[in-house]
Amino acid sequence: MSNVPTELRYTKSHEWVRTEADGSVTIGITEHAQELLGDMVFIELPETEANYTAGDECAVVESVKAASDVYSPITGEITAVNEDLADSPETVNQDAFGAGWMFKMQPEDAGEIDELMDADAYQELLAEEDH
Amino acid sequence: MSQAPSSQPQPQPQRTPLFEQHLAADAKIVDFAGWEMPIHYGSQLNEHHQVRNDAGMFDVSHMVVLDLTGDKVTDFLRHLLANDVARAQTPGKALYSCLLNENGGVIDDLIVYFMTDNWYRMVVNAGTRDKDLAWITAQAEGTGVEITERAELAMIAVQGPNARDKAHTALGATIDPARDLKPFFAAECGELYVARTGYTGEDGYEIMVPADQAGATWDALLAAGVKPIGLGARDTLRLEAGMNLYGQDMNEEVSPLEAGLSWTVALKPAEGETTDRDFIGRAALVKQKTAGLVNKLVGLILEDRGVLRAHQKVVTECGEGETTSGTFSPTLGKSIALARVPVAASEQCHVEIRGKQLTARIVKYPFARNGKSLFE
Repeated sequence: MSNVPTELRYTKSHEWVRTEADGSVTIGITEHAQELLGDMVFIELPETEANYTAGDECAVVESVKAASDVYSPITGEITAVNEDLADSPETVNQDAFGAGWMFKMQPEDAGEIDELMDADAYQELLAEEDH
Repeated sequence: MSQAPSSQPQPQPQRTPLFEQHLAADAKIVDFAGWEMPIHYGSQLNEHHQVRNDAGMFDVSHMVVLDLTGDKVTDFLRHLLANDVARAQTPGKALYSCLLNENGGVIDDLIVYFMTDNWYRMVVNAGTRDKDLAWITAQAEGTGVEITERAELAMIAVQGPNARDKAHTALGATIDPARDLKPFFAAECGELYVARTGYTGEDGYEIMVPADQAGATWDALLAAGVKPIGLGARDTLRLEAGMNLYGQDMNEEVSPLEAGLSWTVALKPAEGETTDRDFIGRAALVKQKTAGLVNKLVGLILEDRGVLRAHQKVVTECGEGETTSGTFSPTLGKSIALARVPVAASEQCHVEIRGKQLTARIVKYPFARNGKSLFE
């Protein structure tokens, strides 16, 4: 079973969301997601200041195997992207919940974050997918 | 994040005699043409480099081995195949060929080995087994040629610069008859059939082995330092080596002449013969050649950041084309593809990826061979 940090929130499409002290959120894909996709070779990140609605496609991760969309977990504006991933996309494989973060957003409505899955719910989802 | 669509799971997936070996090596198992096969054993990239730099092994037991026998089997194959088995009349000589329909479309690609005057061995793709067998059996009717599927044979491909050395260390005197094989030749080694062929652009062997000895053979190779390699790396290796994949780079709608396989079509009479050989699809290919080919298969190297995949639109100065296979090339550190484009296209093109036009260079493939990138 994959590592699922308890302090994060999760989506059904395997993004994780961390709320920062300033109210912004950091977003990446989960350990489970990177395992499924395999070796990352290219990551297309959103533009800063772009606005997305929850569920929008906003980034693409390409592994040796395939391309997959990353969806915006919440509605809001992109405030920063992880530029380091351009030269070392494998960071997502090595540290999905840490240095492999993808972008930061300023949420329009902080309440939206509470509606996302907590670690227990996400664990359950993974267990179901295992069958 | 969403998963790429995977192929439809078959109702009862088959397992090769090496399934336990894959589990023991922590394989990630996927459905492939109705078989439960290893896609990777941890890292596809590491496995790719392992083959380019040292030695790796693939379970290719899902591939189909057919023995064709009969007094007229040579004549039969000279009619059945686009390549001419008259070019392979020494025991063990291997010949790569397309199996064509009357329209010159590719039913499958295969390797045929000359065994004796009345016995050839053929290896065809797993995904095309049923239609190949139906087609070949229908063509053989009335010729006296018998077709026997050798389902009891497993197959292990050992590939890489150190593959042959390690195979000899692992399998000892059993495979001594293979020691002096030239490329594209095979030798019977007791119950094993060892061919110096492969699908990676590296030296090595493809070893056919009875199912009940497959596990022991695999384990011996493993002990000699040959690492298991999944189907994922098999695809990136063959693409770097510029080798076509059936169903992607060619199919029944595409002629071998537009799939970069003209070299495998023997249109001229064989040595010592004066008349043209009549083979299935010949008339269509001659007609196509006379009219002038419209498309060709080329290599692409992406200059912008991104990853080329199959079925992306290619825009050239001479018209549009399409990628047939694409991937990230671990050896080049860039994305590469095979693409079907208008014959006059050269130098540069654009590939449409998610609405953007990315710049790619048109090149002659292969991209990599014998451990090295062929491009700077």
